[in-house]
Amino acid sequence: MGSLATGLRRLAFYVGVVFFCFFSASPFLWMIITTFKQDRDLYRPANNPFLFSEPPTLDHIRFLFEDTNYAVFLRNSFFVGVLVVLITLAVAIPGAYSLARLTGRWGARAGIGIFLVYLVPPTLLFIPLSRVVASLGLNDSLWALVVVYPTITIPFSTWLLMGFFKSIPRDLEEAAMVDGYSRLVSFVKVVVPLSFSGIVAVTVFTFTLTLHEFIYALAFVSSSAQRTISVGVPTELIRGDVFFWQSLMAGSALVALPVAIVYNLFLDRLVAGFTLGAVKG
Amino acid sequence: MTGGPVARFRYLTDNEKVLGSVFLFPAIAYIVLLVAIPFALAIAFSLANVTVGNTTLSFAGLENFRRILKTPEFRQSLQNTFFFTIVSQAITLVLANALALILSAEFRGKWLARLLIMLPWATPISLGTVGWLWLLDSKFSPIDWVLRYAHLLGSPDAILGIQKNLYYLGNVDLARASIVLVYVWRMLPLSAVILMAGLTAISQDLLDQADVDGAGFWRTLFQIKLPLILPIMAVASLFTLVFTVGDMAVVYVLTRGGPVYYTQILPTWAFIKGIEAGALGEGAATALFLFPVLLAVVFVVLRASQRTEVT
Repeated sequence: MGSLATGLRRLAFYVGVVFFCFFSASPFLWMIITTFKQDRDLYRPANNPFLFSEPPTLDHIRFLFEDTNYAVFLRNSFFVGVLVVLITLAVAIPGAYSLARLTGRWGARAGIGIFLVYLVPPTLLFIPLSRVVASLGLNDSLWALVVVYPTITIPFSTWLLMGFFKSIPRDLEEAAMVDGYSRLVSFVKVVVPLSFSGIVAVTVFTFTLTLHEFIYALAFVSSSAQRTISVGVPTELIRGDVFFWQSLMAGSALVALPVAIVYNLFLDRLVAGFTLGAVKG
Repeated sequence: MTGGPVARFRYLTDNEKVLGSVFLFPAIAYIVLLVAIPFALAIAFSLANVTVGNTTLSFAGLENFRRILKTPEFRQSLQNTFFFTIVSQAITLVLANALALILSAEFRGKWLARLLIMLPWATPISLGTVGWLWLLDSKFSPIDWVLRYAHLLGSPDAILGIQKNLYYLGNVDLARASIVLVYVWRMLPLSAVILMAGLTAISQDLLDQADVDGAGFWRTLFQIKLPLILPIMAVASLFTLVFTVGDMAVVYVLTRGGPVYYTQILPTWAFIKGIEAGALGEGAATALFLFPVLLAVVFVVLRASQRTEVT
């Protein structure tokens, strides 16, 4: 009896694992299969869509890079991502240290306030921001995104780094200050190097947030040469009613999968931030 | 303290109040300039006659709100926003609890399972939705192929009808269900990992004691685990709620609000009005209907932070 019940529970457990894996991964599986299919295989409803009735081909990946703006979108996303990471780190590292160490009880409240800013939905702000961007003369330019994205990434990064700085023992800085360093120098020479892994995590999250962002990129940028990947692929690779499905799938999978893999490596730190420090993961 | 400029600089870099303010200033300035002011502008726009062509703000009272409330598109968007958000939240929460229990157990290949399960959250949402767009294609959907293969569709005696396809995004009910499905797909991983953090924080002693006292799997689940992670469930729902309300990529890529305007949501409608048609006032007024959600979020976060006294 007992062993039958445990056996059934194990079976139910693995059915659950397979179900969730399949549910989450199926669009990506479908993307990867589609990418390598020839037209006459793909567009024949009778063919088994999960198998290759014709030999696989790399033509669509070639088409993506040679005949579409995909490479431009990638370059644009990279450009925006790198600049936003630099701005975010320059603002969030000192800000987080200030909230963690220098501002006392008042700092804890300001920390929550900054975190709340991260939760302001971009859907609420994109219309007025489009005018702000226009008045800065940044309409239809990647620089609009460079300026606006830190409003999302600074609050989140400040919050994550604040938790990180708090976990570093105060004794270390105090020892450095006893040795004659000022507060500023001991921060730069002791705290920042010790927080290296936290800063790497923040860099990864900031970069992925800029890749994920859709509304601002759609609202502020309209010319093809200035599109980023998240908007360029779904709007530009669909021409009227003509879909280049294989290239579209290749363009999505080529970005989605690497981003997801890197993101996963830093997941635990993200969760610690999301649980408001209430749970030590 | 009468030294030269060096000592003076030294004094400034040692003074915690000065250094604290200098360090925090850029972050505060950024937020005020590009979040607080635009937010005030959103309110100003909603109360003014303002278009892309004429950006001088002339006070119009509640005229924008009155005008948008009259249109069926807006009412449909409001209704859909609530419907999609609430239904996808409920489904996500139930599934996320199950998934969190699975992921907090140890099993072979767990790292791979976790990687696959996290994919939807880690991927840019617009690109993930493009995958769904093709998965739900009107003619080449592999789901339809499987249904036809199983003789549930496309033959005279099939349960789902004689037609070859179900037209997921062309049929109003199926299009709505598809949007909810994609939101669940997207938010489930985030919700599950947050709940998982709550589950692993439950003390093992407590669970051992329950075991000794003879509590079985379900009893432990419903009387110990779930009540203990209730506050974390609130946190998980909060994030999935904010990210669902803050998104327009799913609807924009999947249906563009169609068929007709039956799957339109507030963000997409605000986009069509405010950006594409240039009616800034009406667009801002439409988007402001998301504000109560934000208020609720502020309330929950502040409550949660008080209870846990953030370390």
